Amino acid sequence: MALILNDYLIVSTIIFIIGLVGVLRRKNLIMLFFATEIMLNAVNIALAAISKFHGDLTGQMFAFFIVAIAASEVAIGLGLLILWYKRYNTINLDSLQNMKG
Amino acid sequence: METYLYIALFSPLVGSLFAGLFGNSERKVFTGVVTSMLLGVSMISSLILLNYIFVTSDIIHVKLMDWIVIGNINIPYGFVVDHVSVVMMVVVTIVSTMVHIHSIGYMDHDRSFNRFFSYLSAFVFSMMVLVMSDNFLGLFIGWEGVGLCSWLLIGFWYHKKDQPTTKDIYNSPYSTLSPYSSISPSYAANEAFIMNRVADLGMLVGIFLIYWNIGSLQYDIVFDKIGELNSMTVVLIACTLFIGAMGKSAQFPFNTWLANAMEGPTPVSALIHAATMVTAGVYLIVRANEIFTVVPEVGYFIASLGAFVAFGAATMALVATNMKKIIAYSTLSQLGYMFVAGGLGAYWVALFHLATHAFFKSVLFLGAGNVMHATNDEINIKKMGGLYKHMKSTAIIMIIASVALSGIYPFAGFFSKDLILEVAFGTHSYILWTVLWITAGLTAFYSFRLIMYVFFGKENYDKEKVHPHETYAFVIASMAPLAILAMIAGFFKDSYVKLVTNTLPKLNIHVSPETVNILIAITSFIALGGIAFAVFVFIKKGGYFSDKLQNRFYFKTLANQYYMPHLIDKLINKPYLKLSKYCFKVIDSKIIDAIVDTIATTIYKGGENSRIMQTANLSTALKWMTFGLVAFIVFVVVYLNLIVRG
Amino acid sequence: MFEMVAFYIFSFLTIVMFLITVMSKNVLYSLSSLAAGMIFISAFFFLLDADFLGVVQIVVYTGAVMALYAFGMMFFDSIKDVKESVINPKITFVLSGLIALVIVAVFAAPIIADNISAYYPIHKEYGNIQDVGLVLFTKYLIPFEVAAVMLLVAMIGGIILAGKKMDVSITTMPEDEIDAYKHMIEETKDKRWH
Repeated sequence: MALILNDYLIVSTIIFIIGLVGVLRRKNLIMLFFATEIMLNAVNIALAAISKFHGDLTGQMFAFFIVAIAASEVAIGLGLLILWYKRYNTINLDSLQNMKG
Repeated sequence: METYLYIALFSPLVGSLFAGLFGNSERKVFTGVVTSMLLGVSMISSLILLNYIFVTSDIIHVKLMDWIVIGNINIPYGFVVDHVSVVMMVVVTIVSTMVHIHSIGYMDHDRSFNRFFSYLSAFVFSMMVLVMSDNFLGLFIGWEGVGLCSWLLIGFWYHKKDQPTTKDIYNSPYSTLSPYSSISPSYAANEAFIMNRVADLGMLVGIFLIYWNIGSLQYDIVFDKIGELNSMTVVLIACTLFIGAMGKSAQFPFNTWLANAMEGPTPVSALIHAATMVTAGVYLIVRANEIFTVVPEVGYFIASLGAFVAFGAATMALVATNMKKIIAYSTLSQLGYMFVAGGLGAYWVALFHLATHAFFKSVLFLGAGNVMHATNDEINIKKMGGLYKHMKSTAIIMIIASVALSGIYPFAGFFSKDLILEVAFGTHSYILWTVLWITAGLTAFYSFRLIMYVFFGKENYDKEKVHPHETYAFVIASMAPLAILAMIAGFFKDSYVKLVTNTLPKLNIHVSPETVNILIAITSFIALGGIAFAVFVFIKKGGYFSDKLQNRFYFKTLANQYYMPHLIDKLINKPYLKLSKYCFKVIDSKIIDAIVDTIATTIYKGGENSRIMQTANLSTALKWMTFGLVAFIVFVVVYLNLIVRG
Repeated sequence: MFEMVAFYIFSFLTIVMFLITVMSKNVLYSLSSLAAGMIFISAFFFLLDADFLGVVQIVVYTGAVMALYAFGMMFFDSIKDVKESVINPKITFVLSGLIALVIVAVFAAPIIADNISAYYPIHKEYGNIQDVGLVLFTKYLIPFEVAAVMLLVAMIGGIILAGKKMDVSITTMPEDEIDAYKHMIEETKDKRWH
């Protein structure tokens, strides 16, 4: 029973959903970033799987660029987070809220 | 010749518009003069047309434009001057010109002088449109126009307050013994207009029926084809058209507005409620005679109703002390006579009585106006008296007019009234003849009761406040032609008959000349008897009804106009008011407003509630995002699987 | 055969690690499990014959990004347990369940197109790294350069955002001025740091 594309895609989806749950649940900003990383990685798996099963390099290139972007995003995100912490001394998500709804 | 038609038709309109320019200014005499002159021009054109048609017996027909052309409907608009309309034109223009000149003198202390002449000329224009139209729809336009102008004119003094209705018979506006003709001028105007409007609904239905069955509204086409319709339709058409005529000519039950319309200025009553508007109903019957000859049963009903109204009005005039109301009831009575003639098929007789009545009734009203002007707008005849020596010309003119009204030879009323009685006798409607004969006696009596009370006897007015004086000379000069016509119009009967029987059917009643002479004798006898009774009882007793008589039941009923205004108020006004209030409070406010408000509230509340979605909370926003994402994916999958594949 | 075993093991491990990341209350635990998960994901890449990508994943993600997170941890108070005050946890669970169901169902019955021709086909004769290199520096050159510029920008941004006073350059100052500078910093030290 060889592996087919579907299996990889299901795994990718499960990981993506775990990341999504983390995004929904987490109130700490750093944990939010972790969950975002999880989602990005899930997408990478899916892209690589599709690339292999169709014999195309495009998926791998896209995954590669996603890695690059994720790295820079983390850098900037952390920088901003540090500034926020210096100002407000908390990294709770609810402290970001200025409007009253 | 068409030029004369247009001149006769449009000069009153020009006068009205010109006077209307000064509507808000103070009194300017030249508005009155200019409008009177333009009406004089119209009168001359009408007389020229009369002469032309009399000599050549030609009909002038102009088509103005293709008016309504939608789909299958094609109604052109035009005017026709034939034998009937030229008679009406002449009557209307002569009376209007004289009334205009009289008003220059009568309204000279009034603040809204210019506005009055604008309305009056507009009224004449509408009446000319009504009379000169060549199709039913043009007639209807003129019909509504005169209704509107009469509303404007009756309610001329709209700022007068409403009088409360009381049980006191000497002060209640519903009684003919009180100084008020109606609750207020604006109330009387509304009453007239609304009653006319309700009756016009019947006329509209008649017009619709005509168009639906025949396909055209032109008189010539309609009268050609009316014989082809089945008799039920024609009865319906005749009845509905007559309902319209009932409203304009104040037949029962639409009669209360006429007496109440005396709240307007007296020249208005002279023009509208004696000579022109109220005769529009008679004109309709005469014009549509070919419809009514097909259904003689409806004609007989019209005649009976006319006789009933004639008698009823005469009884109500017996006890009234409101001078203008007496004259108004006599108008109502004479309208009844005209409808008797029209109903019994003697259309040219009705038209003839219309013309003679216009002359003597309008001059009677104008004279009453002079009396009111002289006694500081007093309207109760019992508070006048002995005015003969102060106002000789007016008195003489009014006596001439009253004699003409009573139908004494050789004045005009004799020729027309006696003809009607002869027609009633000749068609074997003896009951109608008897009723009309008694009414003739009553007419003579109350006309001279009025004369006696006003001009002769003790002077009952307050000598300090009232200084009776004759009015301006030009006012008397304007009344003179009408008085003269009231005297001599009867002698034109033969040429008149020769003229109009080109269009109207000839009379085919066979009454032997001896019977005719006996009838004339009996009628003259009762008329003279009425006059004598009035004169001698007044000279002997100074009054007619003793105080004991005045407290009796029938006196009070007559004084309260058979309680008709009370009935109408209770049965129609009050329930309708309740219905209106209900419609407003429940249906309009609660249902319709609620529906509209609900729509608005839904949108607003929807927005309010959706605003909650807009928190600045990142967590909530992310939740909404995933929800949207899921919904979108579901939608796409469903779309692709079901719709594209399936 | 081996492939399948490896696939299942690694998928199980990855899922467990990421679950810990998402569910844990301790920041450091979730950080560590995230790093572990990254490594296992690179195992997936190796399974999929994407060698270069697997290596890049370990070097960049686990090495650089996780290190960055670890350094970032130094700034925040990480001893305390994170208090997650979710207003309505039911919404979260229901929503997550729905999403899971829907997406798994979607992928269980995938819409697979038939006629897909590869733009940049994989050449099995030379290894994956050569293949990637060939495509990267010819067809994807411009995105490559742009990504480089973006990384430069991110680096500068990171330095500026997180750095302390940078208007004075200590390396070019003489000795005594450095001491004076240090005293000044001590006195105006941000008292909010504890």
